[in-house]
Order: sequence, then C-alpha cells, then structure tokens
Amino acid sequence: MTHRARWAATSFTSLTALACLIIVAVVAIILGNIAIHGVDRLGLDFLTRSPEHGVTQGGIFPAIFGTVALVILMTIAVIPLGVATAVYMHEYAAKDSPLVWLVRLAIQNLAGVPAIVFGLFGVGFFIQFVGHGIDNILYGGELHYGKPAILWASLTMALLTLPTVVVATEEALRAVPQSYREVAYSLGATRWQMIRKVVLPQAVSGILTGGILAVSRGAGEVAPILFTGAAYLLPHLPTRLSDQFMELGYHVYVLATQSPDVEATKPILYSTVLVLLVLTFALNFTAVMIRSRIRRRLREGR
Amino acid sequence: MPTAAKIETKDLHLWYRTFHALKGIHLAIPSRGITAIIGPSGCGKSTLLRTFNRMNDLIPGARVGGDVLLDGASIYRDALSLTQLRKRVGMVFQRPNPFPLSVYENVAYGPKIHGMNDLHGRVRRSLEQTGLWSELGDRWHVSALSLPPEQQQRLCISRLLAVEPEVLLMDEPCSALDPIATARIEELMIALKSTYTIVIVTHNMQQAARVSDYAAYMLLGELVEFAETDKVFTQPADSRTEEYISGRFG
Repeated sequence: MTHRARWAATSFTSLTALACLIIVAVVAIILGNIAIHGVDRLGLDFLTRSPEHGVTQGGIFPAIFGTVALVILMTIAVIPLGVATAVYMHEYAAKDSPLVWLVRLAIQNLAGVPAIVFGLFGVGFFIQFVGHGIDNILYGGELHYGKPAILWASLTMALLTLPTVVVATEEALRAVPQSYREVAYSLGATRWQMIRKVVLPQAVSGILTGGILAVSRGAGEVAPILFTGAAYLLPHLPTRLSDQFMELGYHVYVLATQSPDVEATKPILYSTVLVLLVLTFALNFTAVMIRSRIRRRLREGR
Repeated sequence: MPTAAKIETKDLHLWYRTFHALKGIHLAIPSRGITAIIGPSGCGKSTLLRTFNRMNDLIPGARVGGDVLLDGASIYRDALSLTQLRKRVGMVFQRPNPFPLSVYENVAYGPKIHGMNDLHGRVRRSLEQTGLWSELGDRWHVSALSLPPEQQQRLCISRLLAVEPEVLLMDEPCSALDPIATARIEELMIALKSTYTIVIVTHNMQQAARVSDYAAYMLLGELVEFAETDKVFTQPADSRTEEYISGRFG
C-alpha cells in the first residue's frame, strides 16, 4: 500500500467515526441541556399545581391532565377502529381484493399526511361539519359542539395515529401461525370464534404495542390539536367532552412564545419539556420491551 | 363390502384452479374401523381427506364437483352447517399443533365454542381416552408446547375427542414422530376404532398394513382400488396397486 492510499483509508475511517460522533453528541447535548436545566424545578409542586401569574410561576398539572385525557380518548377511538380495519384486511377479505388494496393505499397515504393538515381537517370536518350538525339538530343551533373541544382534538389525533395501529395489528395477526386457524376451523369454530378465541389472544401484545406507539406519538404531536381543542391557559380542568383543555406539547409552545416574562418562564419551559420527553420515552420504551418479548416468545413457540 | 357406509363419495372431482386433483372418486367408507388412504406423494390423498370435512373450502380457487355423503346426506348441500359438520368430522394434522395454551385449555377449546356442558368432566374423559390423564397427573395446567411431540399429538386427539366427533380424519398423524411414538399413536387408533370411524392418510405402507381394516389406493387423482386391507396387500386386483405395494415405485 502506498503512503497516499494508507492516508486515505485512515482519514475515511475517521470521517465515518466523526459522523457517528456528531449524532451522539447532538442527542447528548439536547438531552443533557434539558435534563440539567429542567431538573431543578421539577418536583411534586411543579407536577400538581396550575400555572400562576400568567405562566411565569406555578406548575403544569392542567397540561399533564389534559394530555392524559387526550390520549385516553384518542385510544378509545383509535384502537377499535384500527384493530377492526386490520382484522378485516387480514382475516376476512380475500388477499387480492381491490377493497383491501384501496384501504392499504389510503392508510399509507394517511401516514404521509403532515400533522398540520390533520389539524385543519379536524376543524373543517369535526368542528364545522359534525359539531355544528350536532348543535343544529340537538340544541337548536346553540353553540355546544361546534367549537374546539377535547373530543374533536382526540378524534383528530386518532386519525393521525390510525396507520400506526393498523400496521402494528396486521403485523401481529401475520405472526399468528396459520395452523392455529386451521385447527380452530377443523374443530367447528366459526370465523368469528376463531378470531376471538385464537387469533386475537395471540395477537394482543402486538396490538398493545401499536396502541402504545400511537399514544406516545399522540402525546408528542401539537399540530393536530392546535385548532381543534387545545387552549392557551384555562382556569378549570376539562370536565365535559365539549370543553377545551391544556396539553403538554402545546404548553411548551405557549411558554416559549407567549410569556409576558421570558426569563421567569425559562425554567418552567425546561422542566415542561423534560416531563414531555420522559413521558414519551417511557411509552416508547414500554412498547419496545413488549415487542421484543413477543418476538422472543414467537421464536420459542415455533 | 360390509354394512352401511359412513362416508360415501359420488363421482367426486376437485380442481385447484386449473389443476384437476381428484378425478371422479367413488368410495364408500364403512362405519367404524380404520380406513387407510395410501398412494405416492401428490396423488390427492390429503385432498380427498379434506373434502370430508370441507377444509378445502379454505383454499382459494378450490372447486368441488360430485358429492360427499355423511350418513347418506350430502355435506355439500346449501343448508349444511359447516360448524356442525366439522364437529362431527374432526381432523388430526400432520404436525402436532396444540394451541399455545395449557393442556386443559386446549382440550376445553372445542366444547367451549360449541357451548357444551360439563366442561371439566369432558376434558378429563378426553384426556383419559388418549392416556394423557394418568401420564400427566395434575400437570394439565402446564403449557401444551412444553410436552414432547408424541404427547402433543395425543393432546390434539384429545382436543378433537372432546367435541364428540363421529369421524376422525388423520392426515399423516405420525410423520413428524419417531418409531416408538408412532407405535403409541397406532395403539391409540386401534383402541378408538370401535367407537369412531377413522380415516387415515399415510405414505407409510407398513403403518397402513398394521392398523387399517380397509385400504384405498390412489394414483394421480384417481381411486385405483378399495378393499379390505388384507386383500389389497396380498391379492391386489389392479396391477398398479401391486407395483406400488411391492415397492416398484412411489
């Protein structure tokens, strides 16, 4: 090897290593910065109190409460819809059915739609069409549902996370060996009995993984709820589906851009981001753990 | 041939899309006893077996012509309940395929979906019939997948017996087992044949000779010969049967 070739080889190795290092460093700086600045203020007080004096003091309890309520409502909507879609596509429809092809195309496209477009869709469809429709029919035009509300925000978020749930459920259904289906049929099970007693129990942890990933995505997205239900600052917690709510991601945006006193808000901002990160990391971690356990069990079961 | 047929096929044809897999089978399987269907790979013996409980319905592109009668009534008639048919005509598969549940839950599965009473007694009796009850003792709550293959296969038979079938279809039930395990399954089949009509598909000639009372020889989708097993093996009526059982091909 010539001196020149050796030099080129070494320098290229260093460059690739450097590229990796940059990524690690960026992540470390972001997380470290947030952790160091955010941990000071973090405490029971911060987690259980409402914002005070504008947003310059107090805690973030309403935002945590709102986030939890949002993802619970979203889950209630997205899991049945997503699981039913996947079960239909994988268990009922013929493999070459044009309907399945269409649904799959729609889901793939849904996964590629920018989050802000979901937000606008939520306003146009849920609030102006469905909400106003309900108000006109049930309340004689009096305003109840034709305005931003936690219900509409949750449903919008459910649409955003629908592809995640459908794809995860289909993957889980695919992992159930065909022989289990055959045996169930051979014992005289109907298709529904086969699905309910054999396929779904086998697929449940995979479906759960999809649900958790959806929740962690839903907890982190702001754009879909921006116009459909999230509020800047509320004196009360939401008690009805037609109420507005505060949410962690949106609260970060509010703290960063709308504070009357930037310096006073800064520590609160750091801590809020930290809470949001810990929440979504914990959810993702749980999903990964469950999934690796399923994979291990599937390998052993074969 | 003896008494009334349990299963009778009348000019039975089956196509997988364009492939003609069964070509006009006329066969009358007697009630009780063991009937073996033998023949080289791809001759259509498993396909024939799966027309008896209509498992071929699950295969896209499969089309049936002619008819199959169970106790004289067509199982391809429109009003037939598939679930009732499969409860009466059960199946044991080539590879032991218990559900990844406990031994008890495996056996209880069928009775549960059919809403049968006395679940516990039924599970116990079914396990007793295959000898698993005494072998496992109180281990009926262990995972079925932790059992050795032979016990798994007997568990699958117990799971089937629990729904009180009349016919047991066995699709090469021993091909995944060693000789000692095979012998135990064969003993079990002989013990069960006084109560059930058993139809077994096998490529193992010795096995057919050992366990079966009647034997059907199939070749390229056609039924070549059907008679008492002794007769098929000692004085085959068709020269093709003779060639096969004397090991000249297959």
